Amino acid sequence: MSAVIDSGQPQAVAAASPRADARPAASPRAHDALGEPAWVRRTLIGVALVFLALFLVVPLVSVFAQALAKGVDVYWAALVDADAVSALKLTLLAAGISVPLNLVFGVAAAWAVAKFDFRGKNLLLTLIDLPFSVSPVIAGLIYMLVFGLQGWCGEWLRDHDLKIVFAVPGIVLATVFVTFPFIARELIPLMQAQGQEQEEAARVLGASGWQILWRVTLPNVRWALLYGVVLCNARAMGEFGAVSVVSGHIRGQTDTLPLHIEILYDDYQFAAAFAVASLLAGLALVTLVLKTIVERRAEASFDQEKE
Amino acid sequence: MSTRALLLRRHSVLPGFGLSLGFALLYLCFVVLVPLSAVFLKAFTVSWGTFVATVTSPRVVASYRLTFGASLVAALVNGVSGLLVAWVLVRYRFAGRRVVDALVDLPFALPTAVAGIALTTLYASNGWIGRWLPFKVAYAPLGVFVALTFIGLPFVVRTVQPVLEDLQRELEEAAATLGASRLQTFARVIFPALMPALLTGFALAFARALGEYGSVIFIAGNMPMVSEITSLLIITKLEQYDYTGATAIAVVMLVAAFALLLLINLLQAWARRRQGR
Repeated sequence: MSAVIDSGQPQAVAAASPRADARPAASPRAHDALGEPAWVRRTLIGVALVFLALFLVVPLVSVFAQALAKGVDVYWAALVDADAVSALKLTLLAAGISVPLNLVFGVAAAWAVAKFDFRGKNLLLTLIDLPFSVSPVIAGLIYMLVFGLQGWCGEWLRDHDLKIVFAVPGIVLATVFVTFPFIARELIPLMQAQGQEQEEAARVLGASGWQILWRVTLPNVRWALLYGVVLCNARAMGEFGAVSVVSGHIRGQTDTLPLHIEILYDDYQFAAAFAVASLLAGLALVTLVLKTIVERRAEASFDQEKE
Repeated sequence: MSTRALLLRRHSVLPGFGLSLGFALLYLCFVVLVPLSAVFLKAFTVSWGTFVATVTSPRVVASYRLTFGASLVAALVNGVSGLLVAWVLVRYRFAGRRVVDALVDLPFALPTAVAGIALTTLYASNGWIGRWLPFKVAYAPLGVFVALTFIGLPFVVRTVQPVLEDLQRELEEAAATLGASRLQTFARVIFPALMPALLTGFALAFARALGEYGSVIFIAGNMPMVSEITSLLIITKLEQYDYTGATAIAVVMLVAAFALLLLINLLQAWARRRQGR
């Protein structure tokens, strides 16, 4: 990453057209007084890149390097191991339930918040954000207090032979909690910015509420929706703290992929732990790529609307 | 519909207010509010004396010191490096800028357990980075700081970046015209404009670090009184079936988190006013 080329020089002198670049941030008109000397520029870029390389690139590369350190055979064996496969299935199940639930919530909450004015809207927005500021361990703890043996419903659940914590339902509930705000957070600001003129026009033309939602609103926010789903899914599949509390760590039954990684790592099976970790790291990379695509699409449609 | 009676709403021709808000509130209550209230209700069953004794016992206090201290230092480092990264990404053009920009979000997307084992292996005494360092990072308090710096990295960049992009160049031109040096312009014009966003990012990174668990437990070594974070202590209590003790500590951490949430909301309101001007 040493190929630091050049910067600060006037890229578009034509001050009349502000959208020379997709992101018109960098100096449309650069005077010397408005730019830093070349050596300052190069030093700042260099320091920033070294910092990011040390903290982001090296850890990411090391995941894949360690995963393949003992060869492709060990890598493959770790992935097709029976416990790993069952952990993968449970992870997919937890994500497969929590993402659609939070998707429906996100659309409903965004519709209410963006299309209507009502008292207590700011309070609602703060409450939607609440799970972000609750530590994952505490998110697990609250479900222990409600459904655990000493919890509110503990005795009733035991009498009816139902298991929620230390079983799959608890894992799903904890995952739903920690991924709760993701889709709503992506949709609400965008739908607020888009206003309600298009929906009102559709209404005047005789469309029903569901028709407006399917034909007007959702197509307008499809990229934010997709990104919200991707982000929610990444967090759902990667959640560790909350799931760790409620899982009970029963191998082959209540272990998700992140918990399986912990077991392998604590067992000194480093190559296997990193092999499973490389699956989740790959998912993270896919998330980042999709995010970049979504942002570009959003910028493109924003620019289109301006013209 | 009862929500309509409860909440005053301005007239709108669009349908679905009751349904969407009703569903959102119901879901919010069941998934978030009711379980969360369990913590506080459980805490109320504990006598005040027991509560204070639990949350001020030496091992717990040592864990606060480590958690809050390491979070604070990590957030400070993120404040400085985040400002630098945001500046470089917005103001300069260089090869691979787009890739670097996308990569900043990696700590958001990478599961904490993966980050935890990767950082531990790197900073262990025989690791890629650890072998070059004369002091111990993994399995020591310093490791907690490294993990918290990693997970807090995107917050400051992502809050400062949009403000820096929207910053009017005219202000800098005016400062230059009036004879300010570049450094003076940065210190007197640019930095004050970025301040609310910088503080918000700092508070977000700090809040995230306080509650972090997954990435830290691998690298910390988890020695009581030395390198044990508060989240781990909650889990330890739970594993000993000491639900009351776990709840008491959780309440302390929740109150700290909510105080920070309030502070962040105030900071963002301040930032909006500053930008609106």
